[in-house]
Amino acid sequence: MSTTAVPATAHDEATIPAAWTGFVVGPWADHVDVRDFIQRNYTPYEGDSAFLAGPTARTTRIWDRLSAMFPAEREKGVYDVDPKTPSTITSHAPGYIAQDDEIIVGLQTDAPLKRAIMPNGGYRMVEKSLETYGYEPDPVVSEIFSKYRKTHNDGVFDVYPPAVRAARSSHIITGLPDAYGRGRIIGDYRRVALYGVDALIAAKKLERAELDMERSVEDVIRDREENAEQIRALGELKQMAASYGYDISGPATSGREAVQWLYFGYLAAVKEQNGAAMSLGRTSTFLDIYLERDLAAGTITEEQAQEIIDDFVIKLRIVRFLRTPEYDALFSGDPTWVTESIGGMGEDGRTLVTKTSFRYLQTLYNLGPAPEPNMTVFWSEALPAGFKEYCAQVSIDTSAVQYESDDLIRSDWGDDAAIACCVSPMRVGKQMQFFGARVNLAKALLYAINGGRDEVTGKQVAPVTAPVEGDVLDYDDVMAKFDTTMDWLAQTYVDALNCVHYMHDKYAYERIEMALHDREILRTLACGIAGLSVVADSLSAIKHAKVTALRTTDGLVTEYAIEGDFPTYGNDDDRADDIAVWIVNTFMEKIRQYPTYRKALHTQSVLTITSNVVYGKATGSTPDGRRAGEPFAPGANPMNGRDSHGMLASALSVAKLPYSQSQDGISLTSSVVPSGLGRTREEQVTNLVGLLDAYTLSNGYHMNVNVLNRETLLDAMEHPENYPQLTIRVSGYAVNFVRLTREQQLDVLSRTFHGAV
Amino acid sequence: MTTQTEQRSTGAPVVALGTPLVGGSHERAHGAGTAGLTEVEAERSARLAAVRAGDLGSVHSWELVTAVDGPGTRLTVFLAGCPLRCLYCHNPDTMEMRRGTDVAADDLLARVARYRGVMKATGGGLTISGGEPLMQPAYVRRLLRGAKAMDVHTAVDTSGFLGAQLSDAMLDEVDLVLLDVKSGLPETYKRVTGQDLAPTLAFGRRLAARGTRTWIRFVLVPGLTDAVENVDAVADYVASLGECVERVEVLPFHQMGRDKWDELGMRYELGDTEPPSPELVERVRGQFRARGLTTF
Repeated sequence: MSTTAVPATAHDEATIPAAWTGFVVGPWADHVDVRDFIQRNYTPYEGDSAFLAGPTARTTRIWDRLSAMFPAEREKGVYDVDPKTPSTITSHAPGYIAQDDEIIVGLQTDAPLKRAIMPNGGYRMVEKSLETYGYEPDPVVSEIFSKYRKTHNDGVFDVYPPAVRAARSSHIITGLPDAYGRGRIIGDYRRVALYGVDALIAAKKLERAELDMERSVEDVIRDREENAEQIRALGELKQMAASYGYDISGPATSGREAVQWLYFGYLAAVKEQNGAAMSLGRTSTFLDIYLERDLAAGTITEEQAQEIIDDFVIKLRIVRFLRTPEYDALFSGDPTWVTESIGGMGEDGRTLVTKTSFRYLQTLYNLGPAPEPNMTVFWSEALPAGFKEYCAQVSIDTSAVQYESDDLIRSDWGDDAAIACCVSPMRVGKQMQFFGARVNLAKALLYAINGGRDEVTGKQVAPVTAPVEGDVLDYDDVMAKFDTTMDWLAQTYVDALNCVHYMHDKYAYERIEMALHDREILRTLACGIAGLSVVADSLSAIKHAKVTALRTTDGLVTEYAIEGDFPTYGNDDDRADDIAVWIVNTFMEKIRQYPTYRKALHTQSVLTITSNVVYGKATGSTPDGRRAGEPFAPGANPMNGRDSHGMLASALSVAKLPYSQSQDGISLTSSVVPSGLGRTREEQVTNLVGLLDAYTLSNGYHMNVNVLNRETLLDAMEHPENYPQLTIRVSGYAVNFVRLTREQQLDVLSRTFHGAV
Repeated sequence: MTTQTEQRSTGAPVVALGTPLVGGSHERAHGAGTAGLTEVEAERSARLAAVRAGDLGSVHSWELVTAVDGPGTRLTVFLAGCPLRCLYCHNPDTMEMRRGTDVAADDLLARVARYRGVMKATGGGLTISGGEPLMQPAYVRRLLRGAKAMDVHTAVDTSGFLGAQLSDAMLDEVDLVLLDVKSGLPETYKRVTGQDLAPTLAFGRRLAARGTRTWIRFVLVPGLTDAVENVDAVADYVASLGECVERVEVLPFHQMGRDKWDELGMRYELGDTEPPSPELVERVRGQFRARGLTTF
């Protein structure tokens, strides 16, 4: 991995920039190396949460002002849109929530919650979004993007081969970022604060000098062009900050400046890219170094330190993009995935938890719970007890924390990695991914059974192969056919992703995010699979029970009759779980067969979050007894209600999926009511800590802990379709909440939330 | 395209509420089986010998549970068969041993071994429940001994009716007893369970004398177990056991088990019984607390 030089900074004591006073210097002072800076300067914190401060009156005032705008935004879908100005780093005049009252400044446009258009990903998406929300597309912009300026979306459809088009329109390959920004790239925004923009530009110019020494072949030419764009973007970043009255050409000199500098870097990214996930990185421990320096110098109080973080988080909460309702359906809501990775252990055994790790989580109390920024704790059994307990407490109170295995991530990607989106890890500033959405493996199984025909439309999508013959499905026969179908699918899928990312680099290049990366980076081709639990249970049914194929008049198998019991994935039963493991291993191996754009490393995720509903809708009945149109389980979750041996047994099945074969992450969502964790508050915290320890020690990768509150259960009563998985435990009895009668639901409500806890 | 698929592809998502899913437990998680355990099929005499030796037992299901059935996260094994016929039973399918699955003790102990890490991380252990586990004392003995050999925390969840089956030697290998005292008045106990109260009381006294850690459970059923005198009788008794009782759990009756009675073709007498009101639950908990007992 190359390192990027920071010139013109001698580090003998006399010439150290004033901004770095008090910092221990090292290699980071000679070239860009944020991790080295952190390691030499951070203060691990092993205490509890007693030091934390509540919100200031100012914080509450700002947040209330925004909160008053949210109902109108929810009502209409957007609060406001600027339909005329394609957004760039410098396109919009400065915007404020309350100019004289803000500590950290900067908005995507000139007013809070006003969304911008970002047509480089695809103009059709912009047009459709504007129409949806009642805005007139600007004729000049329309002309530019239909006549003069090609978009990523246009480029992709110029090069897709027919097989990809067919697979895409039949939804066996789905959610491809071919009409919108791919996202999942994390700029190392910390570099802006630590070095200042001028030093970063100088470093990029040195990289350019290296590139100029190489022969002008295609790769080198592309690198030079990207480098030129990166330098230009850094210049615009400075310009944008200047419009807010800040000169960020030099390093930040205080905690507040460090937050502001870092935020300007992030803001530049979300002004220019409408990515599917625009994650923040791993910033809390970095910023803690500055805040601790100020606290030690007595220039700020704990209350002020918290206030700076609160104001920063307010900004992160109001990142907005203009998207279509279809997009929101696929991603369930209007997510931005401003993911922040918190905690974890260092390679030297010291914890990376600092007081600012606590301060980030504290925002969930000071501002109330919110899904963004996506607070992600890197969990290890070795974390300090005080931090573990605080995380568990915040989870129980807000449900707004997700957990990733620090041990698995550290062993593959080191201790300065962060999550993009929900489970995708990457070394910050040294690695990016080509987001690949996912293939629908349940549908692939049905194609195998039907000789490549789609079970919903009857169309031949995959190449013609022999469909299953006879009535009763034979395990070996189906497995052989499935294997062949997966070969075709893997090939078509990698083909599609190569087209997508070639064009994204060409027409919607992430200039500022990549300016905050090293020159030489690791790229991953992040493939993904959906429908894992459906396929595992289907194959288990075929193997252990008797599954009869029912055909329509033209021979298409569309229904299945099942006789007998079969083991299901999600009960820590190896007979079923081994099948799930086989699927993950097999598809990953097949993916690895095909060359990738820019020699990206093949990876895979088992992650769907809530788009499982959309995938389920597009998929016919499956041999596990799931009916056509019924949702899949989210992510790597076992199918709803088939995991009957407790939440942890279910999780342990998921933990068997090998991380080495799904390095882009394996997602598990678990729900629990507070009383299901213990009788007293203390017991609940202890038990949740224990569960997280047990899961990560068992090689579990990720867990979304959803501690249900009364409001959730009330909503589930009104909208059962949104809660197919909601299992709760009452007096030692676990039930699927939405299947209860209304009377029983009310009983559950009263005993769960009125009791003595 | 066929008509059939056209119909299915419109509308949705089709979550057919109440429609059984093939092959899985669609209604509730608890008591849903013996996944990962192997059913032993032995001929009759060999089976009887194995049962007598405690090598083989009739198991209803297992589950990994948190915050119930003892501290931490536990492997709770529900054994089949019970001498009581509690009117409010929410798992009537555990009443008869013949409905269970024959599972070798070694097979279950292998699962205990598998979860040692989980138990250590969570401060949990093994809980043997039922049904009434003491219907199969030899099997329970094997499980307790095996768990203790692995240094696993053990709990037995029992009504105490067969407490005499739990020998002193076995009790040495029990860290916690979850004792269900279903009523305090003998006539109420008889009405609720069809059996006598005395053996339970005697068993509790034995625990007290030995100093075995005990959690008391009492199911509160309006119109059946809620009489002030009945609760007073339970509470007086529990208070008399002294230090060994760490906590009392008052479990409010619920109707979630009703369907199981129907499915089994058994007559369910509490069809019209409402769950207790929060006020009633508080009154009853208050009766225990008034005697200095830690009560939930």
